[in-house]
Amino acid sequence: MTTASASKEPSRAVVNWREFAVEQIVRLLGLSAIALVALIFAFLLKEGAATLQEVPLSNLAGTRWYPTFGYFGLVPLVMGSLLVTVGAVLISVPLGVGVAIYLGEIAPEPLRDVLKPTIEVIAGIPSVVLGFIGVLAFSPLIRQYLGAPTGLTAITGSVLLAYMALPTIISIAEDAMDAVPKSYRDAAYALGATEWQTIWRVVLPSARSGILIAIMLGVGRAIGETMTVMMVTGNAARIPTSLDAFLRPARTMTATIAAEMGEVAQGSTHYHVLFMVGITLFVLTFLINAFAAVALFRSERRGGGRLLS
Amino acid sequence: MVHSLQGVFCKSRTRTATSPLWLLSLLFLLSLTSLGCASATAPTPADSTAQPAGRLIQNKGSDTIVNLALAWAEAYMSSHPGVRISVTGGGSGTGIAALINGTVDIANASRSMKEKEIKNAQARGIEPVEITIARDGIAVVVNPSNPINELTIDQLSDIYTGKITNWKELGGEDRPIVLTSRESNSGTYVYFLEHVVRKGDKESKLLFSPEALLLPSSEGISLETSRNPNAIGYDGLGYVTAEQKTVRIARTAAGPYVAPSIETVNSGAYPIARPLHMYTNGQPTGEIKAYLDWILGDEGQAIVRQLGFVPLH
Repeated sequence: MTTASASKEPSRAVVNWREFAVEQIVRLLGLSAIALVALIFAFLLKEGAATLQEVPLSNLAGTRWYPTFGYFGLVPLVMGSLLVTVGAVLISVPLGVGVAIYLGEIAPEPLRDVLKPTIEVIAGIPSVVLGFIGVLAFSPLIRQYLGAPTGLTAITGSVLLAYMALPTIISIAEDAMDAVPKSYRDAAYALGATEWQTIWRVVLPSARSGILIAIMLGVGRAIGETMTVMMVTGNAARIPTSLDAFLRPARTMTATIAAEMGEVAQGSTHYHVLFMVGITLFVLTFLINAFAAVALFRSERRGGGRLLS
Repeated sequence: MVHSLQGVFCKSRTRTATSPLWLLSLLFLLSLTSLGCASATAPTPADSTAQPAGRLIQNKGSDTIVNLALAWAEAYMSSHPGVRISVTGGGSGTGIAALINGTVDIANASRSMKEKEIKNAQARGIEPVEITIARDGIAVVVNPSNPINELTIDQLSDIYTGKITNWKELGGEDRPIVLTSRESNSGTYVYFLEHVVRKGDKESKLLFSPEALLLPSSEGISLETSRNPNAIGYDGLGYVTAEQKTVRIARTAAGPYVAPSIETVNSGAYPIARPLHMYTNGQPTGEIKAYLDWILGDEGQAIVRQLGFVPLH
């Protein structure tokens, strides 16, 4: 029996060869992810670089976005994107992490089994449908109850984006907390900690890196979302000067590209500037992720011994 | 086979240190070649027009008219299989220049030809003939609950540049004015800016207020103005729905205030309207005449109405 099965085992050389092949394929796939990002950036640069020759920097750094009349100020677009994204993060992060805590640590098993798939369904709602709901059902509420002159405002976009980012934040944050060893919790309870003290002082700090990744993915979802934002934020390229900017329209970079790319003549200055907007968006997202990674790295090193102290 | 493959992989393994760069450049090259392919395939439609598949009518010009011209061309070609019509945009000036150069049969223009252009054409032996094929009337709309019924062009200009920000300054309720506009690439946006916001003054540098909501579609404008009592909007007459109230417009405060309709646009009484033209070299004959007659007939004018323009009859 044993000798028979041994004779059927592939020879050592073949096993080695398979190992090697799989290793190479996985490496290729891994590298292709990086290559794709690099290629996207190279493509953006190729199409957008002409902007710098055609439009003076003072124009690009200006506050007026009237592309049909040669004003290509990117400031209102960048500010618009940041405004809507910051609003979305402020709403979705506390809510998302809160729901994750409830699901992972507090909710009884049967309720959890219902809630988790329900939340994941939210992720499947197409953004255009959400935008439609936002325009028809949600934006009138903003105008009637928050006193905004129109319902198509930055905060309308923020709320809808927060809603879209929630499933990502919840499921990844919950996974991160799930990965905290049970022995940590047991130790906390053994020391007399309450359930909340355990969550706040032990589970959350231990799951910090996973939660930060959850937030970053949520931010990425928010800053890159186009359709919903274009439908509900009003697309007015104004500069936000005070907090009430949340109750005023905003124009994001993504909505600008989506709205204008379809009609612009290929190879025109406007076309190149739209790619410049894409480069700006790319760099901004990259910087946000880089800062988050650095912050994570630092806090890991600093917080490493905190659990023990 | 296996051996040779292994050789390939082994090779790449020996240069592990450089492989990411190597791969990257390979992929980059691949992408460049695919881009090259894309740009190479682009001109094929033009090539295919060279085939002797029947009479080809070249039609070029105004971006305002281009969608209408395309709709006409498609409908006409499906009912007249022998005729081929190629439609391109580029702007009224481009179309007229092409007519002067003799490269198109029909030029589309949302303005009349200038004296200079006519002289240039005549110098080249081209005799431009203007045919009005439709009209473009732009209605100003507000919420039905808004008591404002009449506005002058001056008031509209002040509203859209952000000088007037509250309806009470115009004798209405104490409400902020919410400006809605089409996106800046829309022909309607440019026309409204030039003829209402800038009041037709070519030297004027006035622009829309940055507070104006730029909505991606006519539906966006009708939705906002029909639901928000603060809103004002403008759009092609054909896009106005029953849930919006059209405002009567006057050139000056002395009046008369005219409501937009097919009749007032056609009579020239309504101020925010313009004729749309096609120009041919000499009186049209043959296929071109048949096409233009079809455009001016019931079938062609029905398409005008569908696309939100004002039919001639």
